[in-house]
Amino acid sequence: MSHEHISTAGASAADVIGLGVVELAGKVQSGELSALETARAFLDRIAHLDGDVGAFLHVDGEGALAQAASVDRLSPSERRALPLAGVPIALKDNLCTRGLPTTCASKILAGYVPPYDAHVVELLRAAGATLLGKTNMDEFAMGSSNENSAFWPVKNPWDRTRAPGGSSGGSAAATAAAFAAAALGSDTGGSVRQPGAFCGVAAIKPTYGRVSRYGLIAFASSLDQIGPFARTTRDAARLLGVIAGHDARDATSVVRAVPDYEAECGKPLTGMRIGVVREALGEGVEPAVQQALLAALDVYRALGCTLVDVELPHAQHAVATYYLIAPAECSSNLARFDGMRFGLRVNGADLAETYGRTRAEGFGPEVKRRIMLGTYALSAGYYDAFYVKAQKARTLIARDYDTAFERCDAVLTPTSPTVAFALGEKTSDPLAMYLADIFTLPPSLAGLPASSVPCGFSPDGLPIGFQLVTRAFDEQGLVRLADGYERASGFAGRRPADPPKVKG
Amino acid sequence: MATVYEPVIGLEVHGQILTKTKMFCGCSASYGAPPNTHVCPVCLGLPGSLPVPNGAAVELAIRAGLALGCTVRETSVFSRKNYFYPDLSKGYQISQFDLPINERGSLEIELDDGTRKTVGITRIHLEEDAAKNLHGAGSGTDTLVDYNRAGVALIEIVGEPDLRSAAEAEAYLRRLREVLMFLGVNDGNLEEGSFRCDANVSIRPVGQEKFGTRTELKNINSFRFVRKAIEHELSRQEAVLSAGGRITMETRTYSSSEDKTISMRSKEEAHDYRFFPDPDLPPLVVSAARIAEIRAALPELPEPKRARWQRELGLTASDAQVLSAHPVLARFFEEVAALVAGSSPTAEQRATAGKRSANFIQGEVLRYVTLHGLDASLPVAADALVELLALVDGGTISGKMAKDVFVEMVESGRRAQKIVDKRGLAQVSDSGVIEAAAREVLAQNASQVERYKAGKINVLGFFVGQVMKATSGAANPALVNDVLKRLLEA
Repeated sequence: MSHEHISTAGASAADVIGLGVVELAGKVQSGELSALETARAFLDRIAHLDGDVGAFLHVDGEGALAQAASVDRLSPSERRALPLAGVPIALKDNLCTRGLPTTCASKILAGYVPPYDAHVVELLRAAGATLLGKTNMDEFAMGSSNENSAFWPVKNPWDRTRAPGGSSGGSAAATAAAFAAAALGSDTGGSVRQPGAFCGVAAIKPTYGRVSRYGLIAFASSLDQIGPFARTTRDAARLLGVIAGHDARDATSVVRAVPDYEAECGKPLTGMRIGVVREALGEGVEPAVQQALLAALDVYRALGCTLVDVELPHAQHAVATYYLIAPAECSSNLARFDGMRFGLRVNGADLAETYGRTRAEGFGPEVKRRIMLGTYALSAGYYDAFYVKAQKARTLIARDYDTAFERCDAVLTPTSPTVAFALGEKTSDPLAMYLADIFTLPPSLAGLPASSVPCGFSPDGLPIGFQLVTRAFDEQGLVRLADGYERASGFAGRRPADPPKVKG
Repeated sequence: MATVYEPVIGLEVHGQILTKTKMFCGCSASYGAPPNTHVCPVCLGLPGSLPVPNGAAVELAIRAGLALGCTVRETSVFSRKNYFYPDLSKGYQISQFDLPINERGSLEIELDDGTRKTVGITRIHLEEDAAKNLHGAGSGTDTLVDYNRAGVALIEIVGEPDLRSAAEAEAYLRRLREVLMFLGVNDGNLEEGSFRCDANVSIRPVGQEKFGTRTELKNINSFRFVRKAIEHELSRQEAVLSAGGRITMETRTYSSSEDKTISMRSKEEAHDYRFFPDPDLPPLVVSAARIAEIRAALPELPEPKRARWQRELGLTASDAQVLSAHPVLARFFEEVAALVAGSSPTAEQRATAGKRSANFIQGEVLRYVTLHGLDASLPVAADALVELLALVDGGTISGKMAKDVFVEMVESGRRAQKIVDKRGLAQVSDSGVIEAAAREVLAQNASQVERYKAGKINVLGFFVGQVMKATSGAANPALVNDVLKRLLEA
């Protein structure tokens, strides 16, 4: 029996949950840790502590234990070939999982069980990961606070009166609270980066086309990308290396070799040029965020980087542009939720009424708002004025980055102008919520890779993050810069106090 | 005097592209499987699934475009046509809108009286088919949906409103079908719906330039119906206008049982399809070099083929028409004609090989041919037929005997030579054998010989008959004739 020599002796459950992805995988690969015991430690933690956080919509204890046990049964050499051997990972609930509910936190998909795994899920399974379950999110990934979940809002583990950010709030919160060593989210306009910043974890949105979207339930197809959360950039880079690569089932996925992202970690930053957008450190940005950003720039300077001023003149139009393109695409992408083949159906007197009632009851207010905005933007007579014009603005925003990257290797801004806001604070004002995406939207529209890096705390103890944006497919530069900063600053990997135990 | 009206007709034809798999997924595109067995997350529109274009469908669409004189776009764009209906799994159809793969082509048609006319083709674009709603299936009022057809690759050929009569519309449709079948792009099967036609019909007073209000006729599933449906719609519109009424823009369907067109919905209920480029599909790029390769590999189209057969093989226009009715038949004829020419011993036989092959195929083979879409079953292989014709050319059997042998070939599946050998059908062309038989016949009929010598030369027929009888009909009649004449005139 190959697992006889595996034990958790010397590693208590508390130690296990504190380990990062790279360390955990290493210990499981070497046999120092049992994948099964690791899975149990995380599942216990979720069972006892997630009650007051609400990060998970569905925990797959049975599946997780079975997968972990199968990793333990492998020979040591087989385990060493698995980059995520026994690493417990949480999945945003818009990633299709065969045999496991996938709801997009929407009533319209309550109880829906896909017959297939998303491409990234296949890759995680093949890499030996233990998939713990599905995390809460804003319904259909539409939102920046996680309050648009049809089931319950997620609470920020650093302060449970605060939002974890969105839309991948469940994945960010699960990573921050160490309910999982890492998680996958999806990012359309900041849905990985902003909750990463709010929850104090490393978050990467890859270049559009770097990771296959097959099996990611679409919100806005031209913007959606799947990205990892982990407590350090190095851990996130391990996940990115697993999920990146071409997939013939996604026509927008790119044929391009996947470099060794982890190899970027620990490389010197000397001579790298960081572009700074002055407006992004001024008006409208919370003072604590401004100060943390300035301190981060000092760290980069000390690491031998050059700071250069850059301008993104069209970025001011990013919010308007995004809120035309994304709703336009979503109005079409969400047409398939019609009650005919899967999910909720509310019967009416005739077909039109069945459609109307199903969608009226199945979708929440934010989803309806965006479907209506998008339908309007694509309508005859408005298409040129809205959709076509937004596409032109998108091109201009992308060109701004081309110009900026002639002078620098990465552009640094806050991830969000504020730290995590209070639950309920912005729910009545959708526009205020949309404006919180001001920094994350431009790189999304340009299709560029971007990450959020923890860089300190507000006086209230809430995490702050900065955003790095690099050239298309330069995730290596992103990892190198983020990791270099983390090593020098020591902000990454910090964990909030555990939430109270809830009898479950 | 009553106003004289002129019809204005344009056809929109949908043809299933002959690919093994669907337009955007790997499911089989074949017809007739049990419901919902050729489905996957992509064609069912399950959440998270994504389309990937079928390269073979793209190539065939380009082939159709080039054959119909279109300009092929090196960059075309798939767009979404958004509307709700249960047969549309994603809530939108992936089609092409402002940047279709083929634009601006034409098709020459020939009318019954021999006049020719060039009809414009606006565009030929790629799209996916919808599923099939089965109303009233299951328990009474239910509608069940079969998604086997959902996502099957289609080309839509949008014709210009250049047609001026129902007869022209029918001729256009027939010619278009023939071209697509010869290209291997479509099987031309109207009954199974793999070749479908909608007609936009309007009338205007003769001399008026502006088009009248049009109606769209749907559900035309046979050539007979296309003419009848359009004729009925034209006379309905004329009656409305003559009575001082106005034509409403609407969609109508042709009911063959009632032999009239019926209103389905008015255009006031028309959808705003909210077309926009499909963000799941990057622009479709085909290099100029690849387009040139496809053009170079285009098969010969039926019209030039018929002209060549008449010019080079001596076929009549009617022969050529009959033998080009189906690509498989045309290929069979060409193969037979080439092999017969190749194996003909004399220059004279070579020159007539095409015509003789055509005659035999039309006279004997055709009645055994069954057609089903692009599939055609021929009763014998080309080389087997050539073997039979060679036996006639070589004098082994007569043309008349060949017909019997052919029937047996079809029924038994045996080769001609075997049948001839087994039944001892080979003609006797050995003049020694014939001469012996002739001498005996002449010896036994001395009085008839006298009559012949007295000038009653028609007695020769009697002698020929007797010799044939004596050789059980196997003697070569021409040789018998010669031998008898020689002996009688000696």
